[in-house]
Amino acid sequence: MALLSFERKYRVRGGTLIGGDLFDFWMGPFYVGFFGVTSAICAALGTALIFYAASLGPTWNPWLISIAPPDIRYGLGLAPLREGGFWQIITICAIGAFVSWALREAEICRKLGIGYHVPVAYGFAIFAYVSLVVIRPWLLGAWGFGFPYGIFSHLDWVSNTGYQYLHFHYNPAHMLAVSFFFTTGGALAFHGALVLSSVNPAPGEAVKSPEYEDAFFRDTIGYSVGTLGIHRLGLFLALSAGFWSAICIIISGPLWTRGWPEWWTWWLNLPIWS
Amino acid sequence: MTAPLVRIGIASAAGAALVTFGGCDLGHKQTTQTGYRGAGLDQIVDLKHIAKASAIPAPPYPLPPDGGPTAGQSYQNVKVLGGVSKERFDHLMAEINQWVAPPAQGCNYCHNPENMASDEKYTKVVARRMLQMTQAINSRWVSHVKQTGVTCYTCHRGNAVPANKWALAEGTPDPDTILGNKHGQNTPNANVGYASLPYDPFADYLNGQHQIRVAGNSAFPSRDHKVSVKTAESTYGLMMHISSALGVNCTYCHNSQSFRAWNLSRAQRGTAYYGIRMVRDINEDYIGSLQSVFPAYRKGPHGDVYKVNCTTCHQGVSKPLGGISMIAQAPALKGPSLPPAEPEGGHAVATAVPAAFNQPAAMTGKK
Repeated sequence: MALLSFERKYRVRGGTLIGGDLFDFWMGPFYVGFFGVTSAICAALGTALIFYAASLGPTWNPWLISIAPPDIRYGLGLAPLREGGFWQIITICAIGAFVSWALREAEICRKLGIGYHVPVAYGFAIFAYVSLVVIRPWLLGAWGFGFPYGIFSHLDWVSNTGYQYLHFHYNPAHMLAVSFFFTTGGALAFHGALVLSSVNPAPGEAVKSPEYEDAFFRDTIGYSVGTLGIHRLGLFLALSAGFWSAICIIISGPLWTRGWPEWWTWWLNLPIWS
Repeated sequence: MTAPLVRIGIASAAGAALVTFGGCDLGHKQTTQTGYRGAGLDQIVDLKHIAKASAIPAPPYPLPPDGGPTAGQSYQNVKVLGGVSKERFDHLMAEINQWVAPPAQGCNYCHNPENMASDEKYTKVVARRMLQMTQAINSRWVSHVKQTGVTCYTCHRGNAVPANKWALAEGTPDPDTILGNKHGQNTPNANVGYASLPYDPFADYLNGQHQIRVAGNSAFPSRDHKVSVKTAESTYGLMMHISSALGVNCTYCHNSQSFRAWNLSRAQRGTAYYGIRMVRDINEDYIGSLQSVFPAYRKGPHGDVYKVNCTTCHQGVSKPLGGISMIAQAPALKGPSLPPAEPEGGHAVATAVPAAFNQPAAMTGKK
């Protein structure tokens, strides 16, 4: 990958979070950094453990391999390796790799002198994962409430955990998350379509400027959020989707144990009409 | 300028907090794993919301030994319990007095005190049929009630009419207009856990013979699979009822990987299978047969008798009365042994289903 002409001047030492200038260099196009190394170690160890744990399981079918958390009787303690211990170590490796990656992004931001928007955004994805395998299991008092690492098995977990609350679509935070996911997809499609429409004018005509884009949405819906604003909106929508996904599972169990439809009886019981 | 904004902010935050935490279970949770680890098969219950199993009443007096003259020899017009010894018959009558009859009336709730043998009070005719029903449950439906058995108290709990019962739903005021016609759904109703599902699953499934079979043979749509989504919703309505009646979630019986597959389900699903059929039997053969006996004020808005569902006995706990058996105090209710009800698939199913239950590894050892 070619080094862009202006890129060289940003390739400076310093700006690291810890470790001074340890690993403060580039390999080809990639910044290494202390957290790049910890990320690689955690990812490699975690992946190796997934393969090892899979080799002890009954199948090599990639759809069916599953590395399950411990039985809930182990509570928040350590379990034997083959009874959920692998899951526990793999979880530690995964969190180590994800958090290291976010910190490596932060270091790159510091070197470039840009905002921390990218690591913050990635942090929401990490938060959603940590909600599932640490926060909710910890609140419920057993690692066994985490989801298993397997393609089909984690889908079974999602389905069964949803049915623990009879009808998960009534979970208010799930409603918000789903709405934000749809809105994110919609906003991205509108934005992509608008940009492509501007840069693909009729034959013989010049590419249109953002003023045309603004005019299109003002004519259509009376308002254009603007070229910078659409990216702010997109970030807000996408992060909200991830955030409310995390909230919707944290509250299921620790804060609500009955069917989610029943939660809405607070509305029926409002003193206004009850 | 800022003060109103601050006040609005505080009010909104308080409102949001009320909405968010107003309906929260903040207490300690009881957790039970009901399947393979990590499969999401768990019961999580807030201790506050565990229905208390009612206290077991003390016997009116110690159960007398069997033997001596029978009730049939001692009394007139004893049609069901004629073979029971007089001493034990009297004991059972005292128990029924305690379990069912309003204290103000006692024996006179069913009997004419001038002539105990008379059938002039409708309650006595009902009680006789209920004795037959209880005996049938304890023998024919041992697949559901196991060795715990049931007594009058399992349903009645000291009430003349059991607290939890159902009759045909009121229905739509004017079915000829679309205005206000919600087609028996989309109304928050406790029957179906306050979901929008059709809220009268009882008439179809607990009195009628509608099948609870909606899953197809394949993951894909098929011309041969003619069960509608609407039927699936009615079925789910019944399942919501079972869930709230027992105080459990769907994974108490099912693995949602396949609601249909018996080898993925827990043995509790087999118990529930027989329970549904037991309730149909109770409603059709026993309670339904009293349609002309009950007075109008003991009937629902459509004039049908009040019938039983899962809540009638279970009352929010997976085993009625916490699983405590009272049958030893009322041995006459065991009744003559009747042949147990067979599963609808015949004997092949009767052996295949328990065999599948005995292989929990089938859950993880996917083919």
